[in-house]
Amino acid sequence: MTESNKLPSGRSRIDSLEMRGITKRFPGVLANYKVDFDVKSGEVHALLGVNGAGKSTLMKILYGLYHPDEGEILLNGKPVTISSPKDSIHLGIGMIHQHFMLVQTLTVAENVALGLPSSRGALTDLDRVSKRILELADIYNLKIDPSAYIWQLSVGQQQRVEIIKALYRGAALLILDEPTAVLTPQEVDELFVIMRQMVKDGHALIFISHKLHEVVEISHRVTVLRDGRKIGTRLTSETTKQDLANWMVGREVGFVPDRGKVEIGEIRLKLERVVCGSDRGTPGLRGVSLDVHSGEILGVAGVSGNGQRELAETITGLRKVTGGKVFLEGKEITNLAPGEITDRMLSYIPEERMRDGMIKDFTVAENMILREHHKLPYSRYGFLNLRGISKHADDLIKQFRVKTPSQETHAKNLSGGNIQKVVLAREISRNPHVIIAAQPTRGLDIGATEYVREQLLVERRKGAAIMLISEDLDEILALSDRIAVIYEGQIMDIVPRATATPEKLGLLMAGVHP
Amino acid sequence: MISDLFSVTVLVGILASGIRLATPYLYAAIGETFSQRSGVLNLGVEGQMLLGAFAAFYVTLTTGNLWLGLMTAMLVGALMGLAMAYVTVNLQAQQGISGIGFYLFGLGMSDLLFQKLMGTVETVKGFPKIHIPGLSDIPGIGEIFFSQNILVYGAYLLVPIAWFVLNKTTLGLKIRSVGENPDAADSLGVNVGRIRYFTIILGGILSGVAGASLSIALLNVFQQNMTSGQGFIAVALVYFGAWRPTGVLGGALLFSLINALQLWVQVLNIPVPSEIAVMMPYVLTILVLVTSVSKVRAPSALSKPFEREN
Repeated sequence: MTESNKLPSGRSRIDSLEMRGITKRFPGVLANYKVDFDVKSGEVHALLGVNGAGKSTLMKILYGLYHPDEGEILLNGKPVTISSPKDSIHLGIGMIHQHFMLVQTLTVAENVALGLPSSRGALTDLDRVSKRILELADIYNLKIDPSAYIWQLSVGQQQRVEIIKALYRGAALLILDEPTAVLTPQEVDELFVIMRQMVKDGHALIFISHKLHEVVEISHRVTVLRDGRKIGTRLTSETTKQDLANWMVGREVGFVPDRGKVEIGEIRLKLERVVCGSDRGTPGLRGVSLDVHSGEILGVAGVSGNGQRELAETITGLRKVTGGKVFLEGKEITNLAPGEITDRMLSYIPEERMRDGMIKDFTVAENMILREHHKLPYSRYGFLNLRGISKHADDLIKQFRVKTPSQETHAKNLSGGNIQKVVLAREISRNPHVIIAAQPTRGLDIGATEYVREQLLVERRKGAAIMLISEDLDEILALSDRIAVIYEGQIMDIVPRATATPEKLGLLMAGVHP
Repeated sequence: MISDLFSVTVLVGILASGIRLATPYLYAAIGETFSQRSGVLNLGVEGQMLLGAFAAFYVTLTTGNLWLGLMTAMLVGALMGLAMAYVTVNLQAQQGISGIGFYLFGLGMSDLLFQKLMGTVETVKGFPKIHIPGLSDIPGIGEIFFSQNILVYGAYLLVPIAWFVLNKTTLGLKIRSVGENPDAADSLGVNVGRIRYFTIILGGILSGVAGASLSIALLNVFQQNMTSGQGFIAVALVYFGAWRPTGVLGGALLFSLINALQLWVQVLNIPVPSEIAVMMPYVLTILVLVTSVSKVRAPSALSKPFEREN
């Protein structure tokens, strides 16, 4: 019996962990209210909820990064106090953060050793750490080179380093905070294989996600949070995706947006063998040729950092094109100033909406005229027309259902979804002929995501040519008429939606022709 | 005459003074290396050096004890570092601006104390040259390397020690990680604030020693603003040395040798306008900085205050 209490790493299991009546307040926000949550050895318990539902707060409390205002935590039935990550690590709790907690300039072994006492006192013991990493890698079937630098590793490999890091610290319970957000479908499969093995070995896993199909595929139980409150816990086998979605949002959710039938028209945007550099000085785009027609959404799929950003920036004039040509409605716009391109009715919904999409310290009304501020009715002879600006803002706030205390509210005080609505309102209300939408729903909750997608489809029906750059395959598949897959600055292939499958796209995204 | 520069005696003289002049730069720049590797830009080095120089000089003048003078300089540097750490870590101030504040404080305070406590320029007998039997007698080499005072030797000893601490100890690993990704370090239980306190105070202590090396080992006087920008040069040397102790050593030596050369140019009455000669080391620094800095990457978290999310 004693043997069965041990995990392959040699540590004891956590048979059960229970959080009871957890309440956490931030100034003006009730992040968690009387939340109960528990997880057992040998199961994956999914924690599901839209952004801001309180999932991360609850887990940060468990990991000791936040302190609850009320409530208690019981480990194997006994109350414990967790006041810092040191405590939680000591208790056998590990966390894989959504944004990896790795030091890029250090090696795998150095990252693993960081913060731990060394067997040589004040001196590092990286050789011994490396040996133990290889042992663990062997036990859990995680291929990793301890002497590699983090910056040399792919995202999937970096995640494995995070898992090793937790196992090395004796984690029996692992919190995985949206671990699949940055992975290709193949990497997700690999992660799930690892997770299943860990569960079989007796680990307890908490899986945070808002991707329903993943929750259904990997978890044994699922708990849904909404507005900081627990809505309920169910056996995954006894629920459906539709139930979970309704629970998350609190109302019926239309799953597949209604695309409607649209006649595909003339070519509005055309790229011919476009070449450009990246911020790192390496090639960004290496001969990209594409065209987008009126009434069409062209999805651009790919793993983050394969040239998506450069693609959007070369079209909008923000990045210098070093080879090839860009045409907008038949006229060449290569390397024109961004303002000139915009004036030809091209709209841009940038990936980094807080940085490139708006000015945080400007009001909602001001943000809504950023693109057209120099034109009537917003200004005349260089003077702003406050009445025109104010009316415009009122109209858009109503039309796009922006939740804001007033049009004078600073943009930074809105929620992510409402900030995106402001950007969307500004870009769409001018009836653009071409729209470049980069990661338009990233970080948004289901409700806002649904809204943004609907608006893109409305524009498509109105005849706009839309390029949708997204790392979310579900989104690409739900909205696109054709799908281009970008890999290392090149278009691997362009597939019609009818023949596209996640598996096929996933291989293309990894640079493999199926 | 130019040819005078190439006589053996003069070359030995240039090299010996170059080695000696690098001393304050080494202490200050190695200290700054530690704080920058942990993500803190300390622009107050110059002020710390000035107060250190005064403290060392005044205590030595009044007690006649050089070691007591040196220790006072270290204590003053540590206190300045402590204040800087509080402002940087707890108050999360903009480091560029607060550093300049500390510089101005050190500049004004050392001058005020000098006026109040001394009033006139005096001299002390500084740390003596150490004569190493045998080695010091080697012609040329002996004078260059083995006839220096204890603080000069200490400065050069500091380089391998700093390298070892940064690269081979758990403390060094923590310092490097805190300067690159404090969030990651924090999530692993490394106390980011404590590490930065440590490096800033260490930097302060070493800046104090740097000041003392001027006032009680190399020049043996104290005058107002006697560091004349050496603390800022030390900060530049950290960039020059790409945040590595060995690189800092190279930069400090290069700079000091050019400086020694220009001093000898003046001593020998070589017809170069003295203004040009004095400018040489600074012009060189700027040239080297603009040509070298773009190629190396600073610690990612340099000069960014650390705060947990939310």
